[in-house]
Amino acid sequence: MQTEVLIMLENLFDMFSYPFMVRAFTVGALVALCSSLLGVSLVLKRYSMIGDGLSHVGFGALAIAAALNMAPLTVAIPVVIVAAVLLLRIRGNSRIKGDAAIALISTSSLAVGVMVISMTTGMNTDVYNYMFGSILAMSAEDVRLSVALAVVVLVLYIFFYHKIFAITFDETFAQATGVKADLYNTLIAILTAVTIVLGMRMMGALLISSLIIFPALTSMRVCRTFKSVIINSAVISVVCLIIGITVSYVWATPAGASVVMANIAALLLYALLGIVKNRGSR
Amino acid sequence: MALIRCENVSIGYEGQTVVKDLDFSIGAGDYLCIVGENGSGKSTLVKSLLGLKSVEKGHIIYGDGLKQNEIGYLPQQTDAQKDFPASVYEVVLSGRLNSRGLKPFYTGADKKAAVEKMELLGIRDLAKQCFRDLSGGQKQRVLLARALCATKTLLLLDEPVNGLDPIVTAEFYQLIRRINRESGIAVVMVSHDIESAVEDASHILHLQEKMLFFGTAQDYRKSRVGKTFLEGTEKDADGGAHHA
Repeated sequence: MQTEVLIMLENLFDMFSYPFMVRAFTVGALVALCSSLLGVSLVLKRYSMIGDGLSHVGFGALAIAAALNMAPLTVAIPVVIVAAVLLLRIRGNSRIKGDAAIALISTSSLAVGVMVISMTTGMNTDVYNYMFGSILAMSAEDVRLSVALAVVVLVLYIFFYHKIFAITFDETFAQATGVKADLYNTLIAILTAVTIVLGMRMMGALLISSLIIFPALTSMRVCRTFKSVIINSAVISVVCLIIGITVSYVWATPAGASVVMANIAALLLYALLGIVKNRGSR
Repeated sequence: MALIRCENVSIGYEGQTVVKDLDFSIGAGDYLCIVGENGSGKSTLVKSLLGLKSVEKGHIIYGDGLKQNEIGYLPQQTDAQKDFPASVYEVVLSGRLNSRGLKPFYTGADKKAAVEKMELLGIRDLAKQCFRDLSGGQKQRVLLARALCATKTLLLLDEPVNGLDPIVTAEFYQLIRRINRESGIAVVMVSHDIESAVEDASHILHLQEKMLFFGTAQDYRKSRVGKTFLEGTEKDADGGAHHA
């Protein structure tokens, strides 16, 4: 029994002797941290589906980049940023309502991506990896970019925390007291776009939006103040990512799906805790 | 000098004028009720007073030391707030944002002000409660405390008693009256409830795409527009703007 545990631990430490695993953990943890912070605002403002829409746009952009033999991130990041700002604007004032607009944009980009791929390389493992993610996908450039992104998101959250709270809780009041809500909304949309592009090759285009939605919803089962929701989301998100990637390494399961499974477990656990806590207080 | 003076103001959306030819002013300590039917331009006017919507014509002038971002605004509640995880204290404190400027953190003075306002409105013991768990009346008190944190001179309330039961409504009106009289804070209230409006307010502004009446509440009772509206009989077809 003891030797089994030892072997398992050794296995886990071995994990870090592979550079690709170190990169996956670094990028994954930082992306999980950013997406959970941004996710709290997005979920509370009823923008949850933006993450899903943007990841599909990212899929289309990556497919086009591959077809044109260009660096994936230099194409995908600007395209997805434009889509994010556009979705935000459409939500504000348009004849097509927000949810329909997101569905339109995401299915269109998915179709464009699939067409481009089938005309060039054909449907192969690359496509599979885009859709469901691959633990091998992270490069040294991704590591640098994710560190920069995490720094920007953390600085934004610490310095503008009270403004972000005010805008999320009551945008009209915030604007009336002189907060430039549009500016912050756009900033959040841009950072979300970069987070999604960075994370989607590891998590998969179909699953990356879970990183935005799950941690916020999970912590909201139990937490009753904005601050505790934010802190809990960040911790839950990073812990679930680490568990998911470890599971993926040990049992050779797809990375994205493993992380989502960890998040589902956390959500159920917190939902249960929430019920118990509610009973206790009554 | 008035806190807010509207001179010949017209406001509209994409070329469609919603409300026009507004001429009125709000002085220190006034209690102005804005009445009128749905679609008469009340909420549009509120947006312009807050600087969220620019006027098509005319000027809105702020005076007596009032800046546009120092209006204590109590908006109608939004859907998102129904399940929002925030403590009462967090919500009230966010009213102090306008005195922060670019500075990122609240000071001791901000926190003290938030506690004072909660005490004033009798919600001090709710400070750690979650906003979404409160009753309708308690929620309004919290948002009123936030509005008081944002202003020293003027409260702007947008249909504050919507969805409250009669007892809570009466209590809320009493609270507003007290704040208006004891703290000398001017009150601008958009309301459907014309009878309470005339009872409490010092001035009435009656909108119907233009200004049907602006003047003191006493004059409003005597005016033709006021009589018709109060009695709830047929609409006043030819009521021009009466000035006090």
